[in-house]
Amino acid sequence: MTTVEELRLRIRELENELIKSKQKQSDAEHHLRPKIDKMSAEVVDSNPYSRLMALKRMGIVQDYERIRSYSVAVVGVGGVGSVTAEMLTRCGIGKLLLFDYDKVELANMNRLFFQPHQAGLSKVQAAEHTLRNINPDVAFETHNYNITTMDNFTHFMERISHGGLEGKPVDLILSCVDNFEARMAINTACNELGQTWMESGVSENAVSGHIQLIIPGETACFACAPPLVVAANIDEKTLKKDGVCAASLPTTMGVVAGLLVQNVLKYLLGFGTVSYYLGYNAMQDFFPSMAMKANPQCDNAHCRRQQEEYKKKEAEQPKQEVVEEEEEVVHEDNEWGIELVSEVSEAELQDASGPVPDLPEGINVAYTIPKKDGVSGDTVEETEQSLEELMAQMKNM
Amino acid sequence: MADEATRKAVSDIPLLKTNSGPRDKELWVQRLREEYLALIKYVENNKAADNDWFRLESNKEGTRWFGKCWYIHELLKYEFDLEFDIPVTYPATAPEVAIPELDGKTAKMYRGGKICLTDHFKPLWARNVPKFGLAHLMALGLGPWLAVEIPDLIAKGIIEHKEQQNS
Repeated sequence: MTTVEELRLRIRELENELIKSKQKQSDAEHHLRPKIDKMSAEVVDSNPYSRLMALKRMGIVQDYERIRSYSVAVVGVGGVGSVTAEMLTRCGIGKLLLFDYDKVELANMNRLFFQPHQAGLSKVQAAEHTLRNINPDVAFETHNYNITTMDNFTHFMERISHGGLEGKPVDLILSCVDNFEARMAINTACNELGQTWMESGVSENAVSGHIQLIIPGETACFACAPPLVVAANIDEKTLKKDGVCAASLPTTMGVVAGLLVQNVLKYLLGFGTVSYYLGYNAMQDFFPSMAMKANPQCDNAHCRRQQEEYKKKEAEQPKQEVVEEEEEVVHEDNEWGIELVSEVSEAELQDASGPVPDLPEGINVAYTIPKKDGVSGDTVEETEQSLEELMAQMKNM
Repeated sequence: MADEATRKAVSDIPLLKTNSGPRDKELWVQRLREEYLALIKYVENNKAADNDWFRLESNKEGTRWFGKCWYIHELLKYEFDLEFDIPVTYPATAPEVAIPELDGKTAKMYRGGKICLTDHFKPLWARNVPKFGLAHLMALGLGPWLAVEIPDLIAKGIIEHKEQQNS
């Protein structure tokens, strides 16, 4: 006997099939525009690049066509990542690599880009389909997996190194993920490969966000300091988190995606000033910005190695008159982060507070790491037992 | 950070020494041995305190873990399968523990049934790298989550006791 649940699943599968075939049909009907070999600056209705190429005529960008020689990896194709990918597609980027393990759900419909009929499809597959329709000149490569597990991570590193145009490394990785673990995984990969990347994020209360440019060895990596947060100036005590994990708004996510891609275009095409860290406080419409140098005591060994290499490279450069950059100051007092651990006693708080990097108004650390080690106590006792014996012992408990 | 009982339970879990993750080969084997030693000790402590509440085992590489956890509510035992992968960045980042069968039943979960930990867990974990291991993750992460969520889910009638599960 087939259960109702099984039948429901089957209906869902068939619905998805139907959507896919309908999409194929509509592609055929609307026949995709042919690929364009060379971007033209001609101002005619039929030229999808005329307004972009106008940036050259206006003297904003020197060589806009260069965008076709770049490949960008977007990790996380959710509220920020999907919009980011769409913007880059419309700008005519050379190649996009998309990484995400999630499926489109109806619960995503408060965000931009995905449509209800795509529910159930993998995000990367649904995104590639839409994006290819918008601009067939862009090359796409999609991976439907979680980058933080062993096998996938190895593959992810390989694609970063060789997934660019003509098998070159990608030019930039954009982190549009929604969790600390995935950010740390991207950070690890980029530190090992010396790969420049940009991090982006929207807070779980949906009213602040940030973007950050990370050049391994030069600017602070994601592990150089505790995670940074843009203060939304909401009293933590009044922030109700009962019964929910995260809120989201299409507005905040759209703003952050816009800030991110703007920074990408400036970085790749060489115009304007590229931001190192730019925060967005939606409650006050406040945009704090700053630059943070790599931490010589960073926990990530590859970050420290990249710092050494950067120093060497800098030393080889002919001396330029540079304005002395501010040294990273470590505050002894604990001005920030107190309310985040409000359930602990004062004494515990004193012990648990670590140094806070010098940050401009409006940017805090999510928490601090104390200089002295955390909890103390007995460590595991050494035994002669092998790993297999221990596994067996645990299994038989 | 947590109630007195949890504090006591955590302080009785031996701390780990080896700062190594699944990409480190030999050092990872050492870390895994320590993980198992700490887990065995924690389960023994729980049994001694008449508060045995989970079992865990892993694949031979120690990268994928699965097991069971249970919660006693009004003398009835509610049991759930649990699973997680060790992220490549472990132990700098804690694994995301999932109870797939509760996916979609509580808002205190991310997709795939990954439990949503409190704001206190991540700072606490970050401050204790590499000394905290999977036993600490159970005691400070999954344990308190079950204690809050399971009674709530039962009260709301979202989960029901399975007849065959005797307390």
